[in-house]
Amino acid sequence: MSDNNKKWFSLNLARKAHKSTGSCNCGKTSGGCGTSSNSHHMTDDEFAAAAINASIGEERTKDGFEQVFDVKMDRRTAFKKLTASLLIGAGAVSTSCSVISGDESKEKAQIDWEEQFKGNYKLMTDEEKEATVDRLVRSYQLRTGKTISMSSKNAEEDVLFGYAFNISKCQGYMDCVNACVEENNQDRDSQMQYIRIHEMKDGKGFNFNEADDNYYHEVPAQGHFYMGTQCFHCDNPPCVEVCPVQATWREDDGLVVVDYDWCVGCRYCMAACPYDGRRFNWSKPEVPEAEINHNQHYLGNRMRKKGVMEKCTFCVQRSRAGKNPACVEACPTGARIFGNLLDPNSTIRWVLENKKVFRLKEDLGTEPKFWYFMD
Amino acid sequence: MKRLKVFGSLVKDSLDTITHGSKKYHIWMGFLTFVMLAGMYCYSIQLEHGLSVTGMTDRVSWGLYISNFTFLVGVAAAAVMLVMPTYVLKDIDFKQAVLIGEGLAVAALIMCLAFVIADMGGPSVLWHMIPGIGVFNFPNSMLTWDVLVLNGYLFLNITIPFYILFRHYQGKEAKSSVYIPGAILSVFWAVAIHLVTAFLYQGLQARPFWNNALLGPRFLASAFAAGPALIILVLAIIRNFTEFKIQDKTIKKIAMVVTVAAQINLIMLISELFKEFYAPTHHSESAYYLFFGLDGKDALLPWIWTAIPLNVLATVLLTFHKLRNNFKVLFFCCFILFIAIWIEKGFGLIVPGFIPGPYGKIAEYTPTGIEIGVTLGIWALGAFVFTILAKTAIGIELGKLKYKKKS
Repeated sequence: MSDNNKKWFSLNLARKAHKSTGSCNCGKTSGGCGTSSNSHHMTDDEFAAAAINASIGEERTKDGFEQVFDVKMDRRTAFKKLTASLLIGAGAVSTSCSVISGDESKEKAQIDWEEQFKGNYKLMTDEEKEATVDRLVRSYQLRTGKTISMSSKNAEEDVLFGYAFNISKCQGYMDCVNACVEENNQDRDSQMQYIRIHEMKDGKGFNFNEADDNYYHEVPAQGHFYMGTQCFHCDNPPCVEVCPVQATWREDDGLVVVDYDWCVGCRYCMAACPYDGRRFNWSKPEVPEAEINHNQHYLGNRMRKKGVMEKCTFCVQRSRAGKNPACVEACPTGARIFGNLLDPNSTIRWVLENKKVFRLKEDLGTEPKFWYFMD
Repeated sequence: MKRLKVFGSLVKDSLDTITHGSKKYHIWMGFLTFVMLAGMYCYSIQLEHGLSVTGMTDRVSWGLYISNFTFLVGVAAAAVMLVMPTYVLKDIDFKQAVLIGEGLAVAALIMCLAFVIADMGGPSVLWHMIPGIGVFNFPNSMLTWDVLVLNGYLFLNITIPFYILFRHYQGKEAKSSVYIPGAILSVFWAVAIHLVTAFLYQGLQARPFWNNALLGPRFLASAFAAGPALIILVLAIIRNFTEFKIQDKTIKKIAMVVTVAAQINLIMLISELFKEFYAPTHHSESAYYLFFGLDGKDALLPWIWTAIPLNVLATVLLTFHKLRNNFKVLFFCCFILFIAIWIEKGFGLIVPGFIPGPYGKIAEYTPTGIEIGVTLGIWALGAFVFTILAKTAIGIELGKLKYKKKS
């Protein structure tokens, strides 16, 4: 561990050296020593820029319409694309140009048209991100008459989010689960939940096979202990690799997010996730109007549609605004700890440095940023 | 201009051929159309309500569609077992069969693509996957590899027979210098489509049941057994119902291919079973679920215990020359082998990958009626496409369809 300057133990499977997120030479095995420097950040950024350049080249600077339309092409492809868009656009155009429909429905059609053909959020410039967020807010207003606030805030510098879970403290109250559902506007019909609390028998160790993640009785139950799982926001996430359209990716602050509008719903990421961290909208998600959380983020809790993936984002709408995720705030026992791994004074760093922490399925080389510990 | 004219005449003639036929032919096509329409109706329900109308859940997120997709990639790849001896090794025996085999490959690939699209949550944004217009996560995602190789193989299998038939239609010999390079390429390509499809599953460290080095080779072996087995059955039917002559020795040679592939497949199965059950680890649980059930959940038991005996029986029967050369036994063997591999490499492979789940949860999967309806509809689509292709090809090969210069 000490030779590659890692803040935590790492198998280093399929990982390049540049990904090391801290650089201390103290040799501690369970955390950093608080001397992490900022130099590695530049290399991170540089690498990201180079990687993006190499993989998408021109598309990087273009997005939205430009990604689709402003490309060099010969006449044949141009005709092909024109025909395709004409066919699809005919409906929208006929609505937006119709004299009998009002301004609002014209605007709606315009927004739908632009939303259908916008680019991948990951590749958008900040202006384009804002534009799509504005469209979505306006669209929601036109449809329901209610105003929501939606953010497109990017990852901040020198931030890498991490999470720790105290197994000794969790009593299985499931307040985190409920808070998560309410905060993140999850489908109520299918009772979608990002967090699963596993009830385990004392004396059997961490035996997930015999654990119950769907209990309906008074807690804490005699002779049991509890362990929560959710998306671990791996540093080397297998789900991101397999996505055929790059609809899911790791943000600079370590959050693994999904662009719900870019996802094609193939569910390959779901098969690739070793932690059961991903959820699919098998039907149109329904949230009663009164229960909708209006404080939203594009990558977080905005309303999803049918047939796309979603997952825990460490409540990106909260965490990037400097707040704790809803599960952390709701936990009555203080079993959940969240913070910035790059901040030497954060609680999460204290836990990593002073507790015997471990992670699940470390042998898979996924590098989760979610640690378990006991008092 | 002249070529265009010939092509127009070919389209007209083939339309004429496929709309005329015996009563049995019309009943067959009518039946397929009905099943396709029923499938489309089921799919419209799925579009309306989402994939919740299927039996898939967050616990078992791939089901019947992806199972059939996986199996059919194998069937498509099997056309190569006929292409190679004919075009590359110059074994003239197969020439009659090879056009049928390639037609089968086209039909199977169309079914594959239909199954993948049926499985998509958002078919309306599928353009995100088109290279150049969307964002194509190549080479990281094996799914993008699969899109490339499947469409490439489809292109090869359409163009090669089309060229040959187009020449024959005009009463000319097909130039071997034109189609041989394509044929050689398609031999490698066929192996690639199946290996890449296997890598789709093999590369997932999250699913120990699939994360197994034998998966790819085993895909190939079972494909080269099931695919030619289907070709034998189809050739038998064509021999019965049309004047198209297929010699006994052609069928016997394909039977040899089936036999060898089935034997290799069986050896690999034994190797897999040995690994899973001699020293069972945590990672053997999926295999336990498949073969013996876990915690009283045993939905796949009847299926796998049908597949294994059928597989063994067919392989043993085929191994004996006397039995294999008896066509009644051969057709029976091909039929049961096809069924056995469809089960084993379809949901016998896909569903246990998800059971038990990442944290040991055992949630079973049962397809719904709508899912089965869509599946049958896509199979009917494949049969429909194949019938059209085969009928035109046979018409041209028999010389019934010929380009007449109107002067």
